[in-house]
Amino acid sequence: MKNNFTVLDLIDLDLKDHNALNLKCLAGRKGLNRIITDPEINRPGLTLSGFFEEFAYHRIQLFGRGEMAYLNMLEENNIMEAVKKMFSYQLSCCVFSQSANPSKQILEIAEESGCSILQTTHTSAEFSARLMRALADIFAPQKTIHGTLVEVFGIGVLLTGGSGVGKSETALELIERGHRLIADDTVVLRSVNGNFLMGSGRNEMLGHHMEIRGLGILNISHLFGVGSIRDKKQIQLLIELETWDREAIYDRIGTGDASKEMLDVNIPLIKMPVKAGRNIPILIEVAAMNERLKKLGYYSAQEFDNNVLKWLESKNARNLYSNNSDIF
Amino acid sequence: MKQETVTIKNRAGIHARPSALIVKTANEYDSEIFLELDDMRINAKSIMGIITLGANYKSIIQIIAEGDDEEAAVTAIVKLFENRFEEE
Repeated sequence: MKNNFTVLDLIDLDLKDHNALNLKCLAGRKGLNRIITDPEINRPGLTLSGFFEEFAYHRIQLFGRGEMAYLNMLEENNIMEAVKKMFSYQLSCCVFSQSANPSKQILEIAEESGCSILQTTHTSAEFSARLMRALADIFAPQKTIHGTLVEVFGIGVLLTGGSGVGKSETALELIERGHRLIADDTVVLRSVNGNFLMGSGRNEMLGHHMEIRGLGILNISHLFGVGSIRDKKQIQLLIELETWDREAIYDRIGTGDASKEMLDVNIPLIKMPVKAGRNIPILIEVAAMNERLKKLGYYSAQEFDNNVLKWLESKNARNLYSNNSDIF
Repeated sequence: MKQETVTIKNRAGIHARPSALIVKTANEYDSEIFLELDDMRINAKSIMGIITLGANYKSIIQIIAEGDDEEAAVTAIVKLFENRFEEE
């Protein structure tokens, strides 16, 4: 989870198209520093009616049409106690949907209490859905690791390994062969709903640059075109590059399903020894294609083993058949 | 494990040149060296990693080293920060 995610960070979120929150701040700029601790929404209907038990004040308070109408009614009848009491709590922020404009009085109360009032163009339902999506992403358990994330034939491949083992060089050749770079060097992993891992770069401003020893810092999207980059990708295969060790035992058949747990998600793991004469990018391409085959239900190594077993079985049967003398 | 806290003293923060300096220094040692800023921990032998830290003026950074020459490694890197990476 990102520490200290403030209301200002929420407004600043760079989300596009069907994810955009379209928020703007109407009042209570001081409250923009408040930290959002709970990725949930509260509809303050009960609170406005004066019921404060179990009031989830730390959540984002969403005012829709109903709440807005109720607020107007309260104001007309000049009963603002509940509203004032509500703002005496340490609310994270209030959001008014459908570009609704709260009255000057409410803005003043909020301003005084130091709680920010935000406005969105969306309807309440749409805004809640978008906000939940965005917050789920931000509050997801996350981890920064040293590695390179590339997309090879549609499979998100995370390359790890010690410094200088050739992760960036391998990725560069993969990009050159038409695959895509997501992040080099620093990869942020997010566990989405605890089901799968999403990988992305740490910083969008500096993303899609690579440092190659001897060449310096390269801008991949300028060099290879926008088709060669991607913002984020699910991690489906982990490849650990390591220098060839004569003593180590490497998987020779490929039926042993190694995997590694990262943020409680299991990712298939391949340990890939590096030495002169082994063309790692091509090996990774093949590993990715093999992973796709497995997803389609075809398992090369297992299928091969099954065929060997069948063949041995048929040989047995043949021997049995031809060694038996006819009895009639 | 050896750990030390430093504050960034040069106005420009850690941009490309200081980060290259850190990597160059870190590579002189066998220890594993990390820089930590907030919740982010990166390998001090990687230029892009250090730049993506986005360490600006007055940021507080932890330098962590693990290995046989950890003492010397941390001292050398702290010295770079203290010297403001030879900038103003």
